[in-house]
Amino acid sequence: MNKPFAITLEVGSSRANQTGSWRTERPVYVDSLPPCNHACPAGENIQQWLYQGEDGSYENAWRQIMADNPFPAIMGRVCYRPCETACNRAQLDEAVGINSVERFLGDEALRQGWTMPVEAPPSGRRVLVVGCGPSGLSAAYQLTRLGHAVTIRDAGAAPGGMMRYGIPKYRLPRDVLDAEVQRIVDMGVTLELNTTVKDIQSLLRDGGAGEPDAGKNAGKDADGKFDAVFVAVGAHIGRRAYIPAGDSARILDAVSMLRDMEGEEPPLLGRRVAVYGGGNTAMDAARTARRLGASEAIVVYRRTRERMPAHDIEVKEALEEGVTMRWLSTITHADGGKLQIEKMALDETGFPQPTGEFTELEADCLVLALGQDADLSLLEGVSGVEFTDGVVQVSPELMTGYPGIFAGGDMVPGERTVTVGIGHGKKAARCIDAWLRSDHYTREPKHDLAPFGNLNTWYYEDAPATVRPQLDAARRTTSFDEVVGGLDASNALFEARRCLSCGNCFECDNCYGVCPDNAVIKLGVGERYQIDLNYCKGCGICVHECPSGSIKMVPEEA
Amino acid sequence: MPYQSIKFIQTGSLAVGGRLLAEDQRSVQSGAQRSNSLTLGHRACQGCGEALGARIALDACQRATGGKTIAVNATGCLEVFSTPYPETSWQLPWLHSLFGNAPAVAAGVAAALRAKSRDDVRVVGQGGDGGTVDIGFACLSGMFERNDDVLYICYDNEAYMNTGVQRSGATPYAARTATTEPVGPEPGNKFGQGKNVPMIAMAHEIPYVATATVSDLRDLEYKVERAMEFRGARYLHVLVPCPLGWGSAPESTIEVARLATQTGLFPVFEAEDGEVVSATPIRHRTGVRDYLRIQRRYAHLFKPAERTEMIDRIQRGADRNITRFGLLPADDIDAELATVGAGRAEEITS
Ligand SMILES: Cc1ncc(C[n+]2csc(CCOP(=O)(O)OP(=O)(O)O)c2C)c(N)n1
Ligand code: SF4
Ligand SMILES: [Mg+2]
Repeated sequence: MNKPFAITLEVGSSRANQTGSWRTERPVYVDSLPPCNHACPAGENIQQWLYQGEDGSYENAWRQIMADNPFPAIMGRVCYRPCETACNRAQLDEAVGINSVERFLGDEALRQGWTMPVEAPPSGRRVLVVGCGPSGLSAAYQLTRLGHAVTIRDAGAAPGGMMRYGIPKYRLPRDVLDAEVQRIVDMGVTLELNTTVKDIQSLLRDGGAGEPDAGKNAGKDADGKFDAVFVAVGAHIGRRAYIPAGDSARILDAVSMLRDMEGEEPPLLGRRVAVYGGGNTAMDAARTARRLGASEAIVVYRRTRERMPAHDIEVKEALEEGVTMRWLSTITHADGGKLQIEKMALDETGFPQPTGEFTELEADCLVLALGQDADLSLLEGVSGVEFTDGVVQVSPELMTGYPGIFAGGDMVPGERTVTVGIGHGKKAARCIDAWLRSDHYTREPKHDLAPFGNLNTWYYEDAPATVRPQLDAARRTTSFDEVVGGLDASNALFEARRCLSCGNCFECDNCYGVCPDNAVIKLGVGERYQIDLNYCKGCGICVHECPSGSIKMVPEEA
Repeated sequence: MPYQSIKFIQTGSLAVGGRLLAEDQRSVQSGAQRSNSLTLGHRACQGCGEALGARIALDACQRATGGKTIAVNATGCLEVFSTPYPETSWQLPWLHSLFGNAPAVAAGVAAALRAKSRDDVRVVGQGGDGGTVDIGFACLSGMFERNDDVLYICYDNEAYMNTGVQRSGATPYAARTATTEPVGPEPGNKFGQGKNVPMIAMAHEIPYVATATVSDLRDLEYKVERAMEFRGARYLHVLVPCPLGWGSAPESTIEVARLATQTGLFPVFEAEDGEVVSATPIRHRTGVRDYLRIQRRYAHLFKPAERTEMIDRIQRGADRNITRFGLLPADDIDAELATVGAGRAEEITS
C-alpha cells in the first residue's frame, strides 16, 4: 500500500451515497388544463398556441389554433372571450389579451397566405352540410381534413350565416369573413348557395354507415346521395312579441333589419329608433341604427343593466357611441311615432313586475330584438327526430334521432354564440367520422384544472395588458369602419408573453437550478426535465418554485 | 439592479433560465454544462439552503475562473455533509483545516500561489456564520486588513447548525435556538443586533463586499462573478435558510429567503471600497409577520399570546434597513407601469 501518512482508504465520491432512499414523496411533472382552454367553447389549446407565439413562431401558433378553429381572424374579432374571463392572470394584473393575439395571428395568416393541407387519404365518404354558418363551415373544414368529401348547401346568396347576416360590418369586415371562408372552400369543399334543402331523408344513402364506395365512384356524386348529414341552419327567425299597435306604427325585427344591411338598400329607420331587448342583437341593432343616421337610438329593456344578457364589451361600446338605455321598462303600446312605456320593478326573485306607471317615448320606429327561433322546418317530420323548447334534441354525439343526421349550432340546446357553433362543428365532424367507421368518438380524458393557487407568481414579470387601438367615437357613428383595431407584431408578442403557461412546463429551468441535490436532469430544448430518483431527497423545493405549477408531490408507495 | 435585468420576457431575469433568453442572458445554473462543484450524494438535509448556496456560488466562481478555483472550508455543516471520509462531493480542489482558521488558511493558499506566480488560480474561503462571525472572526479581519487575494463566502444560517442549533453571533433577535430557549420575559435570543459582518467588512475598506440569498440565484451568481473581477480581499455574505434549525418546511427554503429580502430584514446590496454602490429593491413589500410565522424558531412570538412588542421591534429593524439601503424606490411604481404597455413591447423586439 502506497498511501500518504494516516490515509488508509482510496478517495471516493459521494455519488456512492444514493440519497434517494431518504424520500417519502417524489416530485412528478404534470400537464394540467389551463382555465383558458377549459373555458373555450371551440376547444382551442390556447396556452399551447400562446407558447408557440411567444418565440415568434407565428405560423406554428396559427396552425395550433387551426387544429380546432378555422376562423382565427374572425374569432379574434367577434368572440366574447370566455377564455379571458377565466384567465388566471386576471388575478395578478389583467387577463392576457388572448383574443387580440388570436386576431393578430389570424390576420398574419391572411397576409402571408398560409393554408391548411388535407393530409388524410380520401375516405370515399360524402357528407352533406346544411347551413353555411360558423357551425356548418367548421364541420365542413374538419370533415375535409379527415378525408371526407363535403358539400355545403345554404339558402342564402353568400356564405357565412349569422357571421354575415347577423354581425355588423363594424365588428367584422367582410373581406376578413370572405377570406377565411374561401380558405375552407379552397380545401375542396363544394359550396352550393341559393339552394334550399328539402326532404333530407331522400339525400341519405340507405343503411347509413355501410361500406364506403369502392372503385371509381369513391367519394363521387354517383347517385347524388350522402353517407351522413350535418344540419346547422341556425336560429335566424326573429321572435315577435305581441305589442298592441296602431296602424301607423313602424315595427320590424332586429334579425331582418341586420340581414337587410347586407342587401342593396339599407333599412329605413328614421331619426329616433327604439330597440326592444337587452341582448347582443339589441346592441348591434342600436349601434347600426346610429350609423344609419339615427340621432337617437334608445334601448328599452325590462330589467337592469346587471341582468342584461348582452356582453359587457358590447354594452360599453354602444354607450360610447351615444346609444341610450331605458332600464326596467316594457313597451305596452305603439302608434304614430309614440311608444307607451310601463315602468317595471324587480321583485325579490329578480323578476320584473309591472308598476302601473306609464310614460311616453317618441320613436319613428321600433326594432324588436327579443330573441331568435331556430328554423326547424327541414327536420320536422323526419322520423325519430325530437324537438324540445324549439330546438332539436341530439345525443351527446350530436346525432338526432334519425341515424346519420347530426345537428349543431344555434338549433340545438346550448349557448348561442359563434364560438359555440364552431365547437359544435368540430365535435360533429369527429362524431360523424367515427360513425362512418361504425365507431364512437371518445375524447381523451381532460387533465385536472390548473388553479391560480398552484402558480408561483413571483417569477412572472409585472406587465399590464396591451390595449387595442379603438376608432374614435365620432367616426364610429358615421361609418361602418371596424371599431377595434389589431395589435402589431411587437404588441402581440408582448401580449403572448404575458401568458403564465398555467399548469404546463415552459422550460424556465427553475427546478433544475433550485434543487440543492442536483437531482433534476435537464433533457434539452423541448424535452423538459426528469427527476433523478436515485438522489432526489423529496424536499419539494422544485414544486414550490415552479412558476406554472407543473410539478406535484406524490407519496412514495410504502 | 446590480445585474443586468432582462426586459419583459415572461419571466425575464426572475427565473433561472428560459428558452426566450439569449445564450449570454442565461444563468450559470441553467446550463446543462454547469460544473456542479458540489455533486450528487451529499448528506445535507432535505431542502438545505447551504448546499444550494454553495453550489450556485462555486459554479459561478468556476465559470469566472475557467475552472481554476481552490476552495478552503471551515468546519461546519457544509464541510461535514460533503466529506465523510473517504467520500467527497467536491469537484474542485478543496481543503479543510479547522473550525476557526479558514480565512487564514485561504490567505496562506493565496500566498503560496503568489510565490509560484500562479495568478490564474483563485482562492475561495468559505464557512458558516459560526465559523465566520465568531470563532474565525480574528482570522477574517486579518485577511481583510492584509487585503489577501481571497474571496471569502459566509453561508449564514444564523446559528451553529452542525452541532445542534446553538446560538451564534449572527442569530437574530428573538430567534429560538438550543441555547436561547423560548421561555422567560424575553424569550429566544435576547441580543438585538448580532454582528453585521458585511458592514464590518466594509469598514476594512476592502475592494468588494456584497450580500445575497438563495432566493435570487442570478444575483448570487452576479455577485460572485463581480467579486472575481477584483484582486485583494472580498467578502460575500449569503443568507441560506436551514429547514431543521429554523423549523421551516423543506420546500420553503427559497420562499423563506425571499421573504427575508421582501420584508427588508435581509438587505441585498453590494459595496466597493467601503461604499454601497447598489441595493436590490424590494418588489413586493411584506410585513415581518409573514416571514416569522412560517418558522418554528419564532413560534413563541405568536403562542400562547402574540408578543406584539417583540414583533414590532423586528419590524422596526426591517424598516430601518429599508431606509438605510434605499430598498424601496422613491418614484411611484404605478406611474412606471402605466407607461410600459406599447413602450416595453418595442424593447422586447428590438
Ligand atoms: C474549535 C472547535 N470548536 C467546536 C467545534 C464543533 N463544531 C463543529 S461545527 C460547529 C458549528 C458550525 O456552525 P457554523 O459555522 O454556523 O456552520 P453551520 O454548521 O451552521 O453551517 C461546531 C461548534 C469544532 N469543530 N471546533
Ligand atoms: S395566463 Fe395563459 S395559460 Fe393561464 S389562463 Fe391566461 S392565457 Fe391561459
Ligand atoms: Mg451556521
